[in-house]
Amino acid sequence: MTTNARDAILANIRKGIARADPPAALKGDPAARLAGHPRNVVPARAAALDPAGRVELFVAMATEASAVVSRVPERAAVPAAVAAFLEAQALPPSVVLAPELAGLDWTGLATEIRPARGGDPASVTPAFAGIAETGTLVLHSGGHSPTSLNFVPDHHLVVLEAARIVGAYEDAWDLLRAELGAIPRTVNLITGPSRTADLEQTLLMGAHGPVQLCIVLVG
Amino acid sequence: MQVSSLQFKQNAHAALEDAALQRALGKLKAGFPVKRAAAIAKLPEFEALRDAGRDLKNHVLANLDTYLETFEANVRENGGHVHWAADAEQANAIILELCRRVGAKTVTKGKSMVSEETGLNDYLAANGVTPVETDLGEYILQLRDEHPSHIVAPAIHLSLDQVSDAFHQHHRPYGKTARQTEPRALLDEAREIMRTRFAAADVGITGANFCIAETGQTVIFTNEGNGDLTQLLAKVHIVITSIDKVVPTLEDLATFMRLLPRSATGQELTVYTSLSSGPRRADDADGPGEFHVVLLDNGRSGMLGSEFQDMLRCIRCAACINHCPVYGAVGGHAYGWVYPGPMGSVLTPQLVGIEQAGLLPNASTFCGRCESVCPVRIPLPKLMRHWRNREYEKHLQPRAYRFGLGAWAWLAKHPGWYRKATALQARLLKLLGGKAGRIRALPVARGWTAWRDLPAPEGKTFHELWAERSPGAAR
Repeated sequence: MTTNARDAILANIRKGIARADPPAALKGDPAARLAGHPRNVVPARAAALDPAGRVELFVAMATEASAVVSRVPERAAVPAAVAAFLEAQALPPSVVLAPELAGLDWTGLATEIRPARGGDPASVTPAFAGIAETGTLVLHSGGHSPTSLNFVPDHHLVVLEAARIVGAYEDAWDLLRAELGAIPRTVNLITGPSRTADLEQTLLMGAHGPVQLCIVLVG
Repeated sequence: MQVSSLQFKQNAHAALEDAALQRALGKLKAGFPVKRAAAIAKLPEFEALRDAGRDLKNHVLANLDTYLETFEANVRENGGHVHWAADAEQANAIILELCRRVGAKTVTKGKSMVSEETGLNDYLAANGVTPVETDLGEYILQLRDEHPSHIVAPAIHLSLDQVSDAFHQHHRPYGKTARQTEPRALLDEAREIMRTRFAAADVGITGANFCIAETGQTVIFTNEGNGDLTQLLAKVHIVITSIDKVVPTLEDLATFMRLLPRSATGQELTVYTSLSSGPRRADDADGPGEFHVVLLDNGRSGMLGSEFQDMLRCIRCAACINHCPVYGAVGGHAYGWVYPGPMGSVLTPQLVGIEQAGLLPNASTFCGRCESVCPVRIPLPKLMRHWRNREYEKHLQPRAYRFGLGAWAWLAKHPGWYRKATALQARLLKLLGGKAGRIRALPVARGWTAWRDLPAPEGKTFHELWAERSPGAAR
């Protein structure tokens, strides 16, 4: 049935395109577009910034989106920042870690390395990159970091290297293409904690995903 | 879903009398348009982005076959499956079959207007599979056995009180016996209950805002996180979407990442913009074991090359709805089907037939706000006018209406008679207006005078006044 449907739909599409007889400029060259993936309009907001400017814009935009940003000078200081966040939130000193972060010295915190389970209060996962334009984190699935850790726990802590903050969305795509061999099951672009306005347009945090998003910014 | 667009007038009357609905609509008008304006004021490139969005969609439509085939090939490359559905019935049957194959008893669902279009929930329920809506607004509607009244904020028409009642009535089996009234408490209750449903579902169904041909990824823009939990925790992820959602590349997605959230809710970007393709990979510790995309046509391919092609650019942001004075007065349910507001008035006649929906393209003041805010510059008033033409050609309007239009057309084509008729009319109306210059009641205009006085003309037509003012002017 669906094979027939496929042929019928595509035939009807081709008939419609022929009827429209689009001018050559509109028609363009799909193969070239797919291969060259040209950029469209990229806002100046993030394009012209130096690395320090990108970090500054990222922090400002992420904060505006209600994320908490905690800056540490080096990777070794991440566990202490995580412990400080948990304490400030009056949470137990225990986290579920993504495998990629297992190598840090987590002395003083109870850690488990596994996908998330219902009731986990906090998780720590690595970010692939940050996007200054909107204060957005880029995370992707893989053996290094189960995706459930990004959505199930009430408090999500994300470790982001400042050097991995790019200006615009398109810069993040370039990194994904250059560094990932194959397309991962999912790429999660995360901008602040979960929220809803479905109850009389009242903005509430923590709809189904994390109530809080803490970005531990390294460097 | 039953089409009740032919009852638009009755629906609208009822909506105008509904105090709770009017309060909710008041909030909507004070909310979304203001937030949108604030967001685009912060992005100087917004108008250039609208041009880019329009041009990009036009390019996609001129090559729709190529991009759909590329998308399909890349979904397969990533280990997923693509199913084509010519109409709603086929889409529902495909999804039911996928559910049955894994013995699914419950499916969780992220928000999807295409699934509303196919009536998927009722179909699954009638065939022994229980659908569970997970978006908070959609969940509330499911409890109340209602349909969305808005394509982005589905429960916009409801008051907190009505939500309290729905939860109080339906959450008893979960041990929730107290009637909560605070938004936070209501949300926490729904969140807790929904957590048990995500993990228990065999199949997770989401929609897609876009499908990327280059990578074979489907993309959802959400704020709650339910769409991600839906696809992540189920054994099978099914995406139900339509053929007009394909974009060529990630760079093209970026353009819509800048247009869609700002136009919809005034956000810089939605909280979760999630790109998905294929089942869990060999080294993934979680994620669904299967990935299916159902591509629905349902009349869309027939719009290509027609006067309605521009409508296929629509990205479902609801800016036209949020800015429409008619929607703002009567709400979404009055439109009588899935898609309300200006975009619905153009789309519904195409999807259900002009015979069923002829009143919708007439339910417009043609003020043009919809077109002025559309992120992909769809000429919505023009498209509604095309539907009025079609309606006229098919002789669908009442006899008196057609007679009136015919009489006016004859007059308009005979300038001498036109001047005489309008001069007579202006003098008569002046007489009727009396000293106050206002007409209290007029037999042929009761729809107007029942609610407010009609200001009377001052006795002369524009032609006459113009001739007096410029004596030498050609007539």
